[in-house]
Amino acid sequence: MTEVNYHRITLDGLWHNNQALVALLGLCPLMAVTNSTINGLTLGLATTAVLLMSNLSVSTIRHWVRAEIRLPVFVLLIASFVTATELVMNAWFHELYKILGIFVPLIVTNCTIIGRAEAFASRNPVPAAVTDALAMGLGFTAVLTLLGALRELIGQGTLLSGAHLLFGEAARAWEFSAGNDFQGLLLAILPPGAFIGLGLLIALKNVIDKGLGARARKAEPSHCQTAPVVPSRS
Amino acid sequence: MEFPVASSPHLSGQNNVQRVMAQVMLALVPGIAALWWYFGWGVIVNLGLTSLTAVVCEWLVMRLRGRDPRPVITDLSGLLTAWLLAVALPPLLPWWQTVIGTAFAIIIAKQLFGGLGYNPFNPAMAGYALLLVSFPADMTRWLEPSVLGGHAVSLNEAWQAIFSGIPPHPQGWDAVTGATPLDHLRTELSRDHMISEIQRDPLWGNLGGKGWEWISSWYLLGGLFLLWRGVIGWRIPVSMLGSLLAVAGIFWLIDPEIHPSPVFHLFSGATLLGAFFIATDPVTASTTPRGQLIYGALIGVLVYVIRTWGGYPDAVAFSVLLMNMAAPTIDHYTQPRVFGAREDADGR
Repeated sequence: MTEVNYHRITLDGLWHNNQALVALLGLCPLMAVTNSTINGLTLGLATTAVLLMSNLSVSTIRHWVRAEIRLPVFVLLIASFVTATELVMNAWFHELYKILGIFVPLIVTNCTIIGRAEAFASRNPVPAAVTDALAMGLGFTAVLTLLGALRELIGQGTLLSGAHLLFGEAARAWEFSAGNDFQGLLLAILPPGAFIGLGLLIALKNVIDKGLGARARKAEPSHCQTAPVVPSRS
Repeated sequence: MEFPVASSPHLSGQNNVQRVMAQVMLALVPGIAALWWYFGWGVIVNLGLTSLTAVVCEWLVMRLRGRDPRPVITDLSGLLTAWLLAVALPPLLPWWQTVIGTAFAIIIAKQLFGGLGYNPFNPAMAGYALLLVSFPADMTRWLEPSVLGGHAVSLNEAWQAIFSGIPPHPQGWDAVTGATPLDHLRTELSRDHMISEIQRDPLWGNLGGKGWEWISSWYLLGGLFLLWRGVIGWRIPVSMLGSLLAVAGIFWLIDPEIHPSPVFHLFSGATLLGAFFIATDPVTASTTPRGQLIYGALIGVLVYVIRTWGGYPDAVAFSVLLMNMAAPTIDHYTQPRVFGAREDADGR
């Protein structure tokens, strides 16, 4: 096995193969809970925690699980971790747990988690799998938080409302409010707002990628002219 | 764009996008004049505001896409969207809501999908739906028509109300606003009043609400002009109005005390505006002959269903948007048989 390229794994997870913006996985929680910054952040962190544990364990047992039964085993593992996460949230973040409701247990159906277990963790050593889980999870969390912030700001004119539910009473002061006479665009909070918001974020990512690509080509013009590398068949 | 003429036919067509759009706008003028007569100058200010926003938005998007904005602005399609939106909006809506609605209609509903000809949803109705869902209170604040002894809003008052939020009457908004006929009927029916009781209210005219019935009639006139000019086909308006009349008629015959008459449905809200100007949008409607009949009929049914059992008093915008979504499927299943081809030739 070749040397693990951690830099590449991290960049893939956070940007090039971002689970929300590029793979378009886990859209159900993405749409449903991103009506505020804190909700998005919390669900993103919970998903990251589950992803971390599942990637870690799947990678650890990858040599002992037969290929025929690997998917049921992965599902069992993921379900246990989700249940554990749910119990932890119920115990320490009870208010948030009640707000997020069904979407915490539904992490088990998030395609990102089984996808990374199958496509990455079951084929790579533990450190690489953990890096991948962190990068993918944080990439997903970043999109959830950003979308939540945008929708909260446009929809009700606040930011970080309910931060005390996640960070303790001291965080109550973090809340930004545009004032009581701010009339929010209710649509942003409603489900269509999530679709439109996500579409705009994907467009933004594509614009940035295009700009980066143009800049890279300008910096190294000779690379464009080289013949394509023929993939080896080893 | 210039198309070099290479082969026959050498006759040039009389129709182009600009001409069609201009005729639809012309047909809209009587309706706009009626709105202005009954609701005052706010209508005209809204019209200017939506038109300006639409043109600026189209120019902006075309510049972003690196194209020449002139042909897109002068084909008048964006301006028509602006007009259709303006006649659907309450006359004294705060200016920023009007701007948001128009910008959404042009940028998101029309240009992001590729511009004229590519948009799956009617832009004007998408903008209207956005505003209705986002600002339900302002969007249902209609003025009382001036025939009810209401306050005629002058240009200055309309300007102040729209841009500064100052009510056009010293006693505040309540002195000038009133429920629309559909709204009124809905509220009273929910209080278990009978229709014969409800219709004693001075709000009621002969066909629909006072004032409102005349606005609808002028839309009807504009629609007949469009039919005469061949700008729109008869299938969508006839099937939409026919199915609405049929469904409303059945319920009315069952119990005329809790179901308003079909004529009331015809002359209230945006039924006639929708049937002739909105559902017939060539881009978003069904295109096959049979498909247009189905498309229009289902809009009529949906209008009745949403008006009667839905959450909003009027339903034309939502019905049209829902059927826009269904139009490609309808087209797929109603492809006309190619002349000379057998039905079972390819096993269908």
